[in-house]
Amino acid sequence: MSESFETSRRGFLGAAAAFGAVTLAPGVVLYARPADEPVTDKVRWGMLVDATQCDNECTACVDACNKEFGLAGHERPASDPQWIRKVKVTDRATGRSLSMPVMCQHCAHPPCLDVCPTGASFRRVDGIVLINRHICIGCRYCVMACPYKARSFVHEELTDQKPYAPRGKGTAEACTMCVHRVDEDRKPACVEACSSHNRVAMLFGDLNDPNSEISKRIAAVNTTQLRSEMRTDTGVRYQGL
Amino acid sequence: MSSPMNFSTIEGRNVGAWVILLAFGGLAGLGGLAALYMEHNGHWVTGMNNQVVWGLPHVVAVFLIVAASGALNVASIGSVFGKEPYKPMARLSCLLAGALMAGGLAVLLLDLGRSDRLMVAMTYYNFTSIFALNIFFYSGFFSLVIAYVWTMMDDRVAFFYKPVAVAAFCWRLALTTGTGSIFGFLISRSAYHSAAMAPMFIALSLSCGLAAFVIVMLFIEACTGRAKPSPELLRRMRVLLAVLTAVALYFVFALHLTNYYSAERRDVERFLLFDGGLFTTLLWLGFVCAGSFFPIGLLLGPWAKGSRLLMALASAAVLAGGLSLMYVIIIGGQVYPIEIFPGKIVTSSFFDGVVSTYMPSLPEFVLAAGGVGIAGLIVTVVLWALPMLPDSHQAAE
Repeated sequence: MSESFETSRRGFLGAAAAFGAVTLAPGVVLYARPADEPVTDKVRWGMLVDATQCDNECTACVDACNKEFGLAGHERPASDPQWIRKVKVTDRATGRSLSMPVMCQHCAHPPCLDVCPTGASFRRVDGIVLINRHICIGCRYCVMACPYKARSFVHEELTDQKPYAPRGKGTAEACTMCVHRVDEDRKPACVEACSSHNRVAMLFGDLNDPNSEISKRIAAVNTTQLRSEMRTDTGVRYQGL
Repeated sequence: MSSPMNFSTIEGRNVGAWVILLAFGGLAGLGGLAALYMEHNGHWVTGMNNQVVWGLPHVVAVFLIVAASGALNVASIGSVFGKEPYKPMARLSCLLAGALMAGGLAVLLLDLGRSDRLMVAMTYYNFTSIFALNIFFYSGFFSLVIAYVWTMMDDRVAFFYKPVAVAAFCWRLALTTGTGSIFGFLISRSAYHSAAMAPMFIALSLSCGLAAFVIVMLFIEACTGRAKPSPELLRRMRVLLAVLTAVALYFVFALHLTNYYSAERRDVERFLLFDGGLFTTLLWLGFVCAGSFFPIGLLLGPWAKGSRLLMALASAAVLAGGLSLMYVIIIGGQVYPIEIFPGKIVTSSFFDGVVSTYMPSLPEFVLAAGGVGIAGLIVTVVLWALPMLPDSHQAAE
């Protein structure tokens, strides 16, 4: 009797998970990966930023990231880490301005990974570029090499780090695409924060899945990769530039 | 080595020798304290930040490494190219090369965010990284320099002299190529990413390395009467230093001309060449005028013949010029903003689109000076302990 109950409960949970994968994030079909299953290259996580929808005054994505990872500054803007920042871009000729978040672009061919002497910079097969803080020696070559100014070096002592985001003085760091959330089938904090606004400018999903909303949008509208001439094949795309 | 020349240690039991030892030792010790201070507090106590992540310690470290490679000139000219007047100085050349390399690497290591992870750097390798390859080049350089001196000092292995000399010569060219490629491979910043970086660094290593050797040689001669260069050697070194300085100037000229020709790099070139304030001054006054034309004029003019003072002055000018250029390359290349949106006006909370500022702090100066102290300390101690210098009457013959 109890075995039958267990079986049926598992079946129910499985069905609920499958259902949840479709409905918990409307418009974004996430790949529901059990915790014991290795990361796969069948998915490539990416983001689409619609610069035409991004409000210049809004910093919800930056605030959410800072809160998620405890990125409290020391009132020293030049040396305080920033994982995501709002950049205002103005055309010299027309004066047209756009605002958009810029963070690690999670390149398929990341220059930071090429230059890292110890291999601390690495790319998961699902496209998320991370730093192994245990073997980062703090040489800052990755900070020099990143074409998007997306990496920071931790200049001072840190306290109260989040258990899902090891950080430490003397090492490099950058946006993790909220890998801890993604592995739990949740959206990155910045995207979630942006989604709660009237003008949604950020979309997260699987670039490899032609049926994902992000893939459909990229297929339908003109999008840009920052510094595309470098052929880093970024996981973050921009619309409206 | 088949030369019958006698080599011996220097006399160290006098006040002057101890003063020199204490001066270099003190510099090295202070450098160590500065590194501890930076390590304890974090890099915010330096002038470095997330815009300029490599500061003065990197400038001096890279300069010492580049000069180390070039300091081996004298030994190579004597052994690989068979120029007899250089041979008496070959051991000192190897010693200085190794010492400068040790000083440069120590600064580089102590400026890491996690310098306690040296073992990680020595055991984890990513072979697409020129940094990782350079670790092999640098450690191999030490091995070859030691083997090189060994073949000079021990008749039992003298038959290895020529092969080791050729290997060391090739190795240091590869090493300096690797050092230049640290910047040459940086695709993200418009001041870097150029194949000309590698030959330019080689040219700079040849001129600055020889200049460093001349200063050390003349200093030892002034202090001890040893390491006395023959008139022929002095004449050759004078002309060679002028030629190598001109070659370095040529490569710098070619690099900037090529960059300026390209529209996408014209802004950064305009900044470095004309509008960059300190960087423009260091490039034109520091490197071009004081570090190139001035020493070339000193070395090739009729007044230079036989004058050790002018030779030392010219060498110091070449070193000052090389250091100025390194500052322009490393710091100037970083303060200029990364162009993520070319041609647009860009602003952000992270200093996008802004020329950054960098002011080295006292600990950085002290750490950098510590590298020079380590090099000086090694040279002094080894000259006491091992027969590196020819007996003076033989060297001058």
